[in-house]
Amino acid sequence: MDILNTYGSTLILFAGIVGFLMAWGIGANDVANAMGTSVGSKALTIKQAIIIAMIFEFTGAYLAGGEVTSTIRKGIIDASYFIDQPELLVYGMTAALLAAGLWLIIASYYGWPVSTTHSIVGAIVGFSAVGVGVDSVTWSKVVGIVGSWVVTPLISGVIAYMIFMSSQKLIFNTKDPIKNAKRYVPFYMFLAGFILSLVTITKGLKHVGLHFSTVEAAILAVLIGIIVAVIGKIFINRVKIDPEADKEMHFSNVEKIFAVLMVITACAMAFAHGSNDVANAIGPLAAVVNIVHNDGQISAQAALAWWILPLGGIGIVLGLAIFGKRVMATIGQGITHLTPSRGFAAELAAASTVVIASGTGLPISTTQTLVGAVLGVGMARGIAALNLGVIRNIVISWVITLPIGATLAIIFFYMLKAIFS
Amino acid sequence: MPVNSILGMFAKSPIRPIQLHMDKVCLCSDLLLSFFEASSKNDWVKADKIRNDISQYEKQADELKRELRLALPKGLFMPIDRADLLELVNRQDKIANTAKDIAGRTFGRHLQIPEEIQSDFMTYIQRSLDAIHQAKNAISELDELLETGFKGREVDSVTKMIEKLESIEDHTDSLQIKLRQDLLSVEDNYKPVDVMFLYKILEWVGSLADHSELIGTQLELILARS
Repeated sequence: MDILNTYGSTLILFAGIVGFLMAWGIGANDVANAMGTSVGSKALTIKQAIIIAMIFEFTGAYLAGGEVTSTIRKGIIDASYFIDQPELLVYGMTAALLAAGLWLIIASYYGWPVSTTHSIVGAIVGFSAVGVGVDSVTWSKVVGIVGSWVVTPLISGVIAYMIFMSSQKLIFNTKDPIKNAKRYVPFYMFLAGFILSLVTITKGLKHVGLHFSTVEAAILAVLIGIIVAVIGKIFINRVKIDPEADKEMHFSNVEKIFAVLMVITACAMAFAHGSNDVANAIGPLAAVVNIVHNDGQISAQAALAWWILPLGGIGIVLGLAIFGKRVMATIGQGITHLTPSRGFAAELAAASTVVIASGTGLPISTTQTLVGAVLGVGMARGIAALNLGVIRNIVISWVITLPIGATLAIIFFYMLKAIFS
Repeated sequence: MPVNSILGMFAKSPIRPIQLHMDKVCLCSDLLLSFFEASSKNDWVKADKIRNDISQYEKQADELKRELRLALPKGLFMPIDRADLLELVNRQDKIANTAKDIAGRTFGRHLQIPEEIQSDFMTYIQRSLDAIHQAKNAISELDELLETGFKGREVDSVTKMIEKLESIEDHTDSLQIKLRQDLLSVEDNYKPVDVMFLYKILEWVGSLADHSELIGTQLELILARS
């Protein structure tokens, strides 16, 4: 207890800085994965992508990030093991942040597409199981989280497959694809707006002080969906149909209409990414702040301190504003053979899956979900060529991240313990 | 700082390179028409220049084929089978090779098409080139096929193109039969060795259309597997 009283503010400050840097790293690196498909298919310029990412990553983090944060904060570890020695939880969470942050930096340096979610979950499980005791980990919850890493790519793959097939049936395999694109694309926009706002309203608006009943939430979500669709429709009507372009490639005008849709799915993707991944940076921080503020009492009920979600949101935004541009520029140069009609299906499926998972509090990997979605479109024969070797490496890097995150967290945990005791 | 991005999973599409290769094959074989015009006027200087162009285009097509093969490593997940794509390119490439052989052999012997069959022969060349162009049209639909997930209306329209390609090839067959008969009736007036090579040239020109038809068959096979 004394330790917490003496070093309380130091510990919070330290955890705050590390958490902020972690958020910054998530913004700098992960934004490429979340926005890359939109930039790669030339639906957005780099500048537009950065602006969209800044707005929607922040709103996603702030409005819908709470649920996952609480899982990271108190779902993985059984708090009853720490009641007698709450400072261990403080060291552990700080160590987990340091470990995940360091691993993120190392992986970024070598260009490995690791998952921030995997590294933080691995780190928390690591310090808790080794530093405190195997029983201190709520294994049932961990199994659920790891299970979700297998299930969510699968789900988003299936959704992407179905979205892509529906767009084929409604638009591409018809007599007048341009007319049908104009007619049906707003429905997809509605779908994106509806799912995003429904999850946000039911899960996120509570801590902003707004409460809605289920029916009210559903009606509001439908309204927002309609508004999104109407705005989208206005922009679609402004798309210039160039008959000359269709001589070279019959569907180039249809793709132009899908590019408008992709702006909306890009917003959805940024929102989803913010809502899920902000927790990786601020979940452990929230735990530290919570313990210190309550003088060592670990209360499961305590609310999130008001400044924590915005801190994570700002961290992500600064990260992508300062470094994101450079990351995006490299993507923009690479020729990606991904047309907007495929990109939208992958993004919409991934964003929906991530947002829904965020609503249930599961910390899933955005990148992983997107890879699942892209494979789903590939299965529907929508993508010219996918590099299975690269996908294999991505999967390996995810698996490796768990033990490495755990090992690093254990090392930092004992270091912090030695320093403060 | 290298970028860790999932965009690495998108490999280079083989479709555009295949189309570029076919365009080059078309350019190459199209020159046969002016080549035979020049040779019929006994203008061997011009014919040599055109023959040289044909062989340059053939080389460039070879280069494109090599690039395409390099871009098609194992471990790609594609809507079209890798083996099918490689076979498609091989068949395209045979057209360019044949065109080069026709020009080379004709020039090498300063072979002249007999006056009696001259005009029919030019029609025969033109129809064979038509077959190549029809094959090229079908190949240029590959990106539309990808857009529609190799299903539905686009498949029907490509199937129609392939049917037309087959009817053009049929026509070149009957032209070839007629040309052989006509050549048979006048062959005593020419040097026997030249006549032997003339039969050979007739056969080769026919095989331009044959190879084009095989491209169509290969495309049908690709569509049938979807």
